[in-house]
Amino acid sequence: MKFTLSWLRDHLDTEATIEQIVDKLSLIGLEVESVHNPAEALSAFKVAHVLKAEPHPNADKLRVCTVDTGTDTVQVVCGAPNARTGMKGVFAPSGTHIPGTGLDLKPTRIRGVESNGMLVSEREMGLSDEHDGIIDLPEDTPIGTPLAEVLGLNDPVIEVAVTPNRPDALGISGIARDLAAAGLGTVVTTEPEPIQGNGPCPVAVRIDFAGSDRHLCPAFAMRLVRGVRNGPSPDWLKQRLEAIGLRPINALVDITNYITYDRNRPLHVFDAAKVRGDLTVRHARRGEELLALDGKTYVFEPENVVIADDNGVESIGGVMGGEQSGCDETTTDVLIESALWDTGATARTGRMLNVQSDARYRFERGVDPAFTIPGLDMATAMVMELCGGEPSEVLLAGEIPDPQRSVAFRPAEVKRLTGLDLKPDEMTRILGDLGFETSGQGDDMRVSVPSWRPDVHEMADLVEEVTRIVGVDRVPTVPLPRSAGVAKPVLTLRQNRARFARRTLAARGLVEAVTWSFIPKEHAEAFGGGDEAIVLSNPISSEMSDMRPSLLPGLIAAAQRNADRGFSDLALFEVGGVYHGDRPEDQDEVAAGVRRGTAKAGGGGRHWAGTAGPVDVFDAKADAFDVLAALGAPVANLQVQQGGGDWYHPGRSGLITLGPKTVLARFGELHPRTLATLDADGPMVAFEVYLDALPQPRAKPTKARPALNASDLMPVTRDFAFVVGPSVQAGDIVRAARGADKALITGVSVFDLFAGASLGEGRKSVAIEVTLQPRDRTLTDEEIDAVAAKIVAAVEKATGGTLR
Amino acid sequence: MADLERLESDILSQVAGADDEPALESVRVAALGKKGSISDLLKSLGSMNPEERRTMGPAINGLKARVGEAIQVRRAELQEADLERRLATEKVDVTLPLRESALEAGRIHPVSQVMDELTAIFADMGFSIAEGPHIEDDFHNFTALNIPADHPAREEMDTFYFPRKDDGSRMLLRTHTSPVQIRTMLEQAPPIRIIAPGRVYRCDYDQTHTPMFHQVEGLVIDEEAHLGHLKWVLEEFCKAFFEVDDVKMRFRASHFPFTEPSMEVDINCSRKGGELRIGEGDDWLEILGCGVVHPNVLRHCNLDPARYQGFAWGMGIDRIAMLKYGMPDLRAFFSADLRWLKHYGFSALDMPSLAGGLSR
Repeated sequence: MKFTLSWLRDHLDTEATIEQIVDKLSLIGLEVESVHNPAEALSAFKVAHVLKAEPHPNADKLRVCTVDTGTDTVQVVCGAPNARTGMKGVFAPSGTHIPGTGLDLKPTRIRGVESNGMLVSEREMGLSDEHDGIIDLPEDTPIGTPLAEVLGLNDPVIEVAVTPNRPDALGISGIARDLAAAGLGTVVTTEPEPIQGNGPCPVAVRIDFAGSDRHLCPAFAMRLVRGVRNGPSPDWLKQRLEAIGLRPINALVDITNYITYDRNRPLHVFDAAKVRGDLTVRHARRGEELLALDGKTYVFEPENVVIADDNGVESIGGVMGGEQSGCDETTTDVLIESALWDTGATARTGRMLNVQSDARYRFERGVDPAFTIPGLDMATAMVMELCGGEPSEVLLAGEIPDPQRSVAFRPAEVKRLTGLDLKPDEMTRILGDLGFETSGQGDDMRVSVPSWRPDVHEMADLVEEVTRIVGVDRVPTVPLPRSAGVAKPVLTLRQNRARFARRTLAARGLVEAVTWSFIPKEHAEAFGGGDEAIVLSNPISSEMSDMRPSLLPGLIAAAQRNADRGFSDLALFEVGGVYHGDRPEDQDEVAAGVRRGTAKAGGGGRHWAGTAGPVDVFDAKADAFDVLAALGAPVANLQVQQGGGDWYHPGRSGLITLGPKTVLARFGELHPRTLATLDADGPMVAFEVYLDALPQPRAKPTKARPALNASDLMPVTRDFAFVVGPSVQAGDIVRAARGADKALITGVSVFDLFAGASLGEGRKSVAIEVTLQPRDRTLTDEEIDAVAAKIVAAVEKATGGTLR
Repeated sequence: MADLERLESDILSQVAGADDEPALESVRVAALGKKGSISDLLKSLGSMNPEERRTMGPAINGLKARVGEAIQVRRAELQEADLERRLATEKVDVTLPLRESALEAGRIHPVSQVMDELTAIFADMGFSIAEGPHIEDDFHNFTALNIPADHPAREEMDTFYFPRKDDGSRMLLRTHTSPVQIRTMLEQAPPIRIIAPGRVYRCDYDQTHTPMFHQVEGLVIDEEAHLGHLKWVLEEFCKAFFEVDDVKMRFRASHFPFTEPSMEVDINCSRKGGELRIGEGDDWLEILGCGVVHPNVLRHCNLDPARYQGFAWGMGIDRIAMLKYGMPDLRAFFSADLRWLKHYGFSALDMPSLAGGLSR
């Protein structure tokens, strides 16, 4: 919402400076977005007197002028044909930026004669295209007057952001009312005089809505003004409209725009000669069309409300008129419409047709119903003043609704909700200035709501009115009571898990990324997604269409982007939500990461101490296990199964499960086909840890740990090598060995793998080191041999292998 | 005796002449070994008469001791010299660069870091951290927040929608963290003190907007909390978060459907020399919106507005991260550019705490 300071002064008598007005507007809820004074760009240009204009000695078309600038007398070489002795022009001194040409003036010599500054034309000022000569001002214009003042341009334009609850502030009169209530002057808005008119309006209006649709257009007022002369508006009106960014069209149209901004009262004018028959306000018929005033053709659905005559649709109710019935220079009889349109229906129509207009903007927020007829009278008076003509009586179809309502008000409520201690008198004064009338006393007050405030319904709304006008600065700051004692931990299990996962992965050398929650459909499908229920209906682009079923597509794409930029060894991770459906429980928290190139946890790239190899499945497995360990998962009891799932390399990936079924994590080399789908290349490995899959830890009665059971006796190690079939997994051998004597065996590690023809086709040798920890006495050779035999037996039984 | 002296000087010169440990060892064996010259002399004591033995015994034993000592000294010398020689060859170039360690390489994203900072501050004030789903329904994202259908505020939010269902409803991506307020109030009885950080979505993508960003919502509901408390909470938060001693705040009236009265809040800053400093200077910087919870919101959550009251605020996490840590461009937060992440990210062990300071 834009307006100029002088326009505001039509409604507000104030001594306040522009700065005070701007500050106050922002504080009371009318946030100032910009203040622009056209005079500022012209401040260097002032009225000057041409004392002498003599022919240039070396050029026929140039003159040498002696100019009195009011502070100085300077010599200027000028090429304008109208430069003459005694004239009053506009002078720009050296150093000035000339807006029309974009040049900065410098002292110069023109054909051998010194020239300081310039006498300017309107085009050079950026004011018009006029360049036949320099600006020629009346002789009595005082020397030194700023040009902006001479031209009446010293009028700052203020733009405020009006929040949707305040339609009344979409009229300048409403803004003035707020400022006056806030102590910045008094309201001097003049109320329009009622105009009787002669004879009935010759065009009838019928509102064609059944009972439940009556609200779509409760009232439609109209009158004819006969015998008008339409043409350009007077300068003052054109200047005001131009200042706020509107294009003057002709007087009749400009008047409607003027009143729209002046009073938040959108109007429409029909050229009566172009209207055929009577007007009907009705639902559109499917497929009806209108070429509207913005030059676009709109096709309607029955939910749209239109004004039609015998030609068909002539106007979109509350939104925009039609080209065909609009007013132009030939208009002699004008129908002025002042109607009321439903907020919701106007918004829906505007959205559906994708049409923006000042009328739509106002009707979807709410227009003062009580000003329907006064607005029509105001427009009539302006039409008669600017275009002449003879008005008819007002025709009113429907009924002006009476929104009269009153709200109970307890002054103490202000203190309760805001802490602000105000006297009831101050509250009633503020409410009164805003148009709210109060009656009653103490806790029994009632406040009647003015017709232009559709946003006020209950006590809290009045508290807001009082608070915003008083200013929150006056609200005392009060400490929020704190609980006695030390603050308690507040993070939930899930939140702590996400935090631990993050810090663990960062400590392992991965870099945290935050990638989009929506990914391309193809990527989603490659990771088990693509469910229609979670595909966006209005995505930003096809690259951001599907809610991600996994964090990996985003991370893989990100890793590849970095690789394409020359950073091919990198490790990225993310902790965040993935989506399997549209219910709250379908969103899971996951920690996932990718490693690319040689970005191993121990460092990547070439190095004097040994060049890192490509990342492999065990790098990803280590990441997953470290996260699980950090989250307190029972790492020793987890199972690892071959094959991580569809998007992993089948032979080089795995699952980490709790029991046989609960999948806690996946890890491995990415499937070459998946990488190809994502336009990525490897080597790339990945892991996903499902933070929500971990069971809730059991509550422990105490934080104490079990006593340390460290033996003074030396641990003993024994090595075994087993030759097993191709399908036997190392994990089976380790588990069998561990289980052979749970009390004595404290560790089993795999220290050698070997496969060769000597072992037989497909067979392999797995060598393990078993650590035995004696507890109460040193083990005898016989005891050690007995344990060894148990280990061999257990492994052979579990794997079908043999001791090598 | 003269023989003994000759033998001694002989052996001692051999000891001195031994260049390495094997040479010295053969000198030792030749003198003190089983068949060594001195051992032979000792053996000969048995065949001597007592008188001879009295003189020769101490002489030979003395010889043995001196030779033994000389060998030991010489061995120590040789070992010392050996060590010196070895050390002289064992030099490496310690200026050779290390491999980047995992701790050095890893980073925490600024959004996560700032969330941890928020947690540290608000946990101290007794707030818990609440969360909610990103895919929301109309009730939680709009209706319960006093934004009825056709309200212009809905259009300003640029909502992402999912396909319409058979019953006409459609799910959406939450446009703010405010639905978490609703979920919390529906699930938990007052008093309530929560902050709700998380991802939010709006269908807008340009220089200063991304279709996904992060907000943090705060909510206090009890039977007394009012605007004055809100001012205090926000002032304390700003001082703690921006790690400054004082910050001036300006509250401007505004409008949000879910609060009344509503305000936008500016903090003072200086922009001298293109460097933003919070809590200094006379410029204003908008950082958040807030207000007293609207009675309709309380009603939607089955709370009686005559009994319960409170306040709420919301701000952009990415935005306050940019203000504090100086990132110029919001879009870079989500582009996963390694250079950006390395530059603006935080070390794994930089855990924000009130005791140790939020940042280093």
